[in-house]
Amino acid sequence: MKLTIAHLQRGQRGIIKELIVDKIPLKLLEMGCLPGNLVELVQTAPFRDPMYLNINGSHLAIRKETALLIEIELI
Amino acid sequence: MGKQINVSLIGNPNTGKTSVFNQLTGLNQQVGNYPGITVEKKEGICKLPRGLKAHILDLPGTYSLNASSLDENVVIELLLNKNDRDFPDVAVVVSDVENLKRNLLLFTQIKDLEIPTILVINMADRMERKGISLDIGILEAKLNTKIALVSARKNTGIEELKELILNYRQISTEPCLHASIMDPEYFGRLRKAFPNQSLYKLWLVITQDVNFGNVNRHSLNDDNSFHTKSNSDLKRLQQKETILRYQFINGLLKEGLKIDLNSATDLRIRLDRILTHRVWGYVIFFMVLLIIFQAIYNWSSYPMDFIDSSFASLSEWTKNMMPAGPFTNLISEGIIPGLGGIVIFIPQIAFLFFFISLLEESGYMSRVVFLMDRIMRRFGLSGKSVVPLVSGTACAIPAVMAARNIENWKERLITILVVPFTTCSARLPVYLIIIALVIPDESFLGFNLQGLTLMLLYLLGFGTALVSAWILNKILKIKSKSYFVIEMPNYKLPMVKNVAINVVEKTKAFVLGAGKIILAISIILWVLASYGPGDNFNKAEEIVTSKHIANADSNLEQEIAAYKLEHSYIGILGKGIEPAVTPLGYDWKIGIAIVSSFAAREVFVGTLATIYSVGSDEEETIKNRMAAEVNPVLGGPLFTFASGISLLLFYAFAMQCMSTLAIVKKETNSWKWPILQLVIMSAFAYLVALIAFQVLK
Repeated sequence: MKLTIAHLQRGQRGIIKELIVDKIPLKLLEMGCLPGNLVELVQTAPFRDPMYLNINGSHLAIRKETALLIEIELI
Repeated sequence: MGKQINVSLIGNPNTGKTSVFNQLTGLNQQVGNYPGITVEKKEGICKLPRGLKAHILDLPGTYSLNASSLDENVVIELLLNKNDRDFPDVAVVVSDVENLKRNLLLFTQIKDLEIPTILVINMADRMERKGISLDIGILEAKLNTKIALVSARKNTGIEELKELILNYRQISTEPCLHASIMDPEYFGRLRKAFPNQSLYKLWLVITQDVNFGNVNRHSLNDDNSFHTKSNSDLKRLQQKETILRYQFINGLLKEGLKIDLNSATDLRIRLDRILTHRVWGYVIFFMVLLIIFQAIYNWSSYPMDFIDSSFASLSEWTKNMMPAGPFTNLISEGIIPGLGGIVIFIPQIAFLFFFISLLEESGYMSRVVFLMDRIMRRFGLSGKSVVPLVSGTACAIPAVMAARNIENWKERLITILVVPFTTCSARLPVYLIIIALVIPDESFLGFNLQGLTLMLLYLLGFGTALVSAWILNKILKIKSKSYFVIEMPNYKLPMVKNVAINVVEKTKAFVLGAGKIILAISIILWVLASYGPGDNFNKAEEIVTSKHIANADSNLEQEIAAYKLEHSYIGILGKGIEPAVTPLGYDWKIGIAIVSSFAAREVFVGTLATIYSVGSDEEETIKNRMAAEVNPVLGGPLFTFASGISLLLFYAFAMQCMSTLAIVKKETNSWKWPILQLVIMSAFAYLVALIAFQVLK
């Protein structure tokens, strides 16, 4: 199974490896969600959805369905 | 020197762009709409040194030039259209010193349009606390621009910014990034096909769904001289563009920006631990709501009572001071109460916008959206629909306006359409009197039945809103990108100036917009109720007096008034609709009250008061009168459990508020949605009331 942002535990960090460009809003890429960047799970709402992330210094929340599309590598 | 410098303020949301705008223009600003769409257009005049003036346009916040909402379309459409009246002589990009990396992405895009571009680095007052130091010289050289280090909060750097705007001609228009490095081969072909256009502009025209002079996307795509790419290839290129831009920015910031992490203390982490907590987060949100409700109901009741009595005495005074006649009556009974009906909403609306802008300015609103998104999504709404639904319990008008914060058009439209179901304060007087009449004042399992009924009506309102949202979500086939990305901004102390300007502007918009319609309706109602055809109306006094001789003297005037009303145009109208309301258990008088309630629900009690010829507004007397009314068809009391419940349900569901319809028209820019609301909600209300009465009677 591929490891994605949706699998992060609170406080855990990873490096973005790959993302499914066609399905991810461009806005998310523009906010710094790009391969090679650092991502940390700050907080989750109940049912782990949405997820509150710190990507490359940008704080933002995305829905779980989007988080599942972003592959990461734990550090 | 009549020429003004056209300035466009551009920037990511949450960079304090509006604060900079407020500092530049002060109260010298106006808010309107862009033609044909509901995106807010804020513009103002800024006085520059040496007697010159700048026209400042505060463009909607955007993260990049790749538009994903109507608001963002406005930005690129303006920047691509040199012939637009507002096309900027100089663009000012506002950035936040703490999010410089992300903010610079937009800056590099604007710069590539070859418009003179100034970079404002805002929130400079936070630099020390966050351990940030900047090398402005290096940044200016690498970005090939001029930088103003500003703190809108502390009002520093604004004069320097004005100086830069004044000297905009000295700013280089050299782009940051040459688009062609994304894909030299593709852009080479593009260049050959359109030799005279800027490549980055062409690229935007290809990737965005906007018009650009006489070249549009389709004519480009149909051009055979170069092969266009598939959408997914284009998106890959856009990703590449973003990566290239970030590479450029990273290189730049490595030299120009230093952050000493040791001196950074993070309030955000500590606050977020509580405010977005899966238990405490909801508890705190609930308490915030409670405080807001309390404030809106309690605090605004004082100014509202004051306004109410002031307008009543003004009306009385006018009547006494001016010569008697229809013109005086129109002013004292039609126009002044009509104006009062507008002004009385101001306290609630102002308080509501005060709290909403506090929540927004502080950054807390994003946390609420985060907490509520999952729950609201089940109903086809967004986390951002919470604010309008909550506001709706005060008044649907500001609630519909508050839905502007929802970027996704479908979610926003559904929110606007279902908001009028929430129990607004205008329904309250109607509920109270009917409940007092038909629900026994007894307790059930320790709860007062009347209070329980009122609570059920509130829950019914919310429930209906959610269920109809769910249904609308299934029915409406509106394509709008349904992504959800929300920035969680830093917590900030709200700026008094921003909050004050926001409250004033929103309240003004309400008074001028919806106010005109309320005023018109109240004049029409007055005319219909004050005039009638034939002898029955015009000789009412004689007719009633002659009948009345036998009776005591006390209620003569009131009876004349009641008789007149029955034979006025509105009375005839009431009689006309009687067949329609009889199956619901009402008589013609309630019919009239319902018809006049379509101007505003709270008119109900007042109308019945007049019809039942009770001079005062005191509810107890009206209540006794109402209890004594006899059903003309069935005999027995008119207000029974069945007809009372039927009436309550009718008021819970019917769309009886002209001002809400007016504001929905304004916000959706179409008569289609308010008319649908009116027809469907009222038909549904009629049906439910009919079933309730027929089953219960």
